[in-house]
Amino acid sequence: MIDTFVIHEQKPLYRFILALADDSLTLSHRLAQWCSNGPYLEEDIALSNVALDYIGRARMFYQYAAKLEDKGRTEDDLAYLRNEREFTNLLIHELPKGDFAFTMVRQFFVDVFYNLYLEELLKSSDENVVAIAAKSIKETRYHLKRSKPWIRQLAEGTEESRQRILNALEELKDFVGELFEMPTWEQELCDAGIAPDRSALQQPWDDYVQKFLAISDIDYHDTVLRIRGGRDGIHTEHLGHMLCDMQFLQRSHPNMQW
Amino acid sequence: MKYNDTLIDNILYKRIILLLSRFGALSMQVIDKNANKSYEQELANFEQKIADEQKIEPSDWMPEAYRKNVIRQMSQHAHSEIIGMQPEGNWLTRAPSLRRKAILLSKVQDEAGHGLYLYSATETLGINRSEMIAALQSGEAKYAQIFNYPTLTWADVGAIGWLVDGAAIVNQISLQRTSYGPYARSMVRICKEESFHQRQGYEALYAMAHGTPVQKQMAQDALNRIWWPSLMMFGPHDADSAHSSQSMAWKIKRISNDELRQSFIDQSVPQIEVLGLEMPDPEIKWNEERGHYDSGEINWQEFKEVVNGAGPCNYQRIKHHKNAHQEGEWVREAVRSYKEKRAKKQNETAA
Amino acid sequence: MKQEQLAIYEVFIRSNRGLDHKHVGSLHAESPEHALMYARDCYIRRSEGVSIWVVESTNITASEESDIENFVDPMDDKPYRHATHYVLPDSIKNM
Repeated sequence: MIDTFVIHEQKPLYRFILALADDSLTLSHRLAQWCSNGPYLEEDIALSNVALDYIGRARMFYQYAAKLEDKGRTEDDLAYLRNEREFTNLLIHELPKGDFAFTMVRQFFVDVFYNLYLEELLKSSDENVVAIAAKSIKETRYHLKRSKPWIRQLAEGTEESRQRILNALEELKDFVGELFEMPTWEQELCDAGIAPDRSALQQPWDDYVQKFLAISDIDYHDTVLRIRGGRDGIHTEHLGHMLCDMQFLQRSHPNMQW
Repeated sequence: MKYNDTLIDNILYKRIILLLSRFGALSMQVIDKNANKSYEQELANFEQKIADEQKIEPSDWMPEAYRKNVIRQMSQHAHSEIIGMQPEGNWLTRAPSLRRKAILLSKVQDEAGHGLYLYSATETLGINRSEMIAALQSGEAKYAQIFNYPTLTWADVGAIGWLVDGAAIVNQISLQRTSYGPYARSMVRICKEESFHQRQGYEALYAMAHGTPVQKQMAQDALNRIWWPSLMMFGPHDADSAHSSQSMAWKIKRISNDELRQSFIDQSVPQIEVLGLEMPDPEIKWNEERGHYDSGEINWQEFKEVVNGAGPCNYQRIKHHKNAHQEGEWVREAVRSYKEKRAKKQNETAA
Repeated sequence: MKQEQLAIYEVFIRSNRGLDHKHVGSLHAESPEHALMYARDCYIRRSEGVSIWVVESTNITASEESDIENFVDPMDDKPYRHATHYVLPDSIKNM
């Protein structure tokens, strides 16, 4: 495929950091949409905390990316002035918030993933990356601690809640494979000791998720790579709408300080 | 932090019970077994406590009208925090920078937290949260009329933080001395958190007022629209206020509507000057003799209409709340059902 | 409207090491584990605590305010429990 966008010309490290920033930003955006919509007040507050953790993470990655790029752009330029095809988040992060079961299953999936991934990221030879990973892993450990009981409660609660969990598992399963994909440029970073090897995390992720879901009598399959494209800027249709919303002010009133 | 480590074991439970029986300061409903005292004696006792500036605590005897009055005021306050999440929440997905996005989310989250503190404190009076929510959704319970206005531009978010939270702080500072203990304590906690709300709003508006002409125009427009409803937040003039005199006598309310409003105007005018914006009310003028700013008359007709449901967003706000609540029902049901199943299982294992 | 109430938990927070846990309010949750997590999210957003206790409200036994005269007062007439009750010679400075 001939890519008319510049992603492929970016330096691998910049591209890597920017992609991680996009992952965090898109997920935080979805989580923030629960604010004032939670099933009860305590959960509303708790979900906002998770969203805030991801906004914080996105900012740290964008700030580092801007520094690496060294063209005088800021975190906000990167978040607010790039287009759909320039965003490179993995697709699972951008999917609409769905119902509460969908949100919690996605959260459980990414929480398990980031627990594994950030642990590896801590071993990076890049000290900036290590600093961000060190802060993030604490948050992510807590997130998983929260999402696990939610999966159990909903999977074992009522017939309706169980069905909703099963629906969410079905809807999300095809987006999981991409988490473990290692494109050539990321493999290069991995060889250089900067990026973790995602593909090595698939087995532990499958084991963990399968074992946990089995407690609630859910038989979950091995991950298969099906839908992919986020890292190449090929998204679901949902991202464009998210960016319309998110970038509205920066786009309609360019070059202003807020 | 390891959360498992803090789980309480049986010994700690016992220590807490001991502690509480010493201080008796919890949200427990206590059955009044002491039938010896007459109503008059109880009332005299109660009024003496009020006169002595003692707090009324949940398990104290209190006149039914006092209880109702405190429930009305506290639940209205709680509902205002919760409905107040919506107008600002309207900009959560559109905040113009990552920093502003994080600030706004944590601010709106705080409103939810304040609603929680207040619902929690109100529950000490023997009403539960679902009853309060039902009263909100049926329209029986009110919330601050200001939240029935729309947030049209990003400047509105700044203006709300500065003016609406500013007005709320003026009121809440006075309520730290309210006579009902749990209410006073939640006010202390809320005031501590609230000053960040006002400062972030002012900062956002200041950036716009000192930005491009378009931004300044947005800031001025937001000030013009939000100023008057902010003044209305303090309620009707003292002479026209239905609940005021009894609330003042019982020290539920400590400072009158008009006095609070005046101090809000006095603190806000210099802040408008620093922004470099035009006064939203041409009649604002320093009165040397009174030592206060004079200002124009509020449109009380509009106030009445908005309180009684005819504001631009009344319907939308309650509908949003109902929708979220209804959509959450299956979650709450699942949670209860899981708990029951787990308890049953534990019983079976024990037997 | 359906009954929607979850259980009420009282929340106690130790703001710093070396201090007692102090009652700060309550919240709704369906299990002690969840109550603890919600207490973290709702009551220490600004690092107001280093340790949290949660107790389901129904598990608390409180003294009765209306009976407080009988409950507390009898303790009040035993001055010999306090150090100030004892008069010692002036030459004994610190005891």
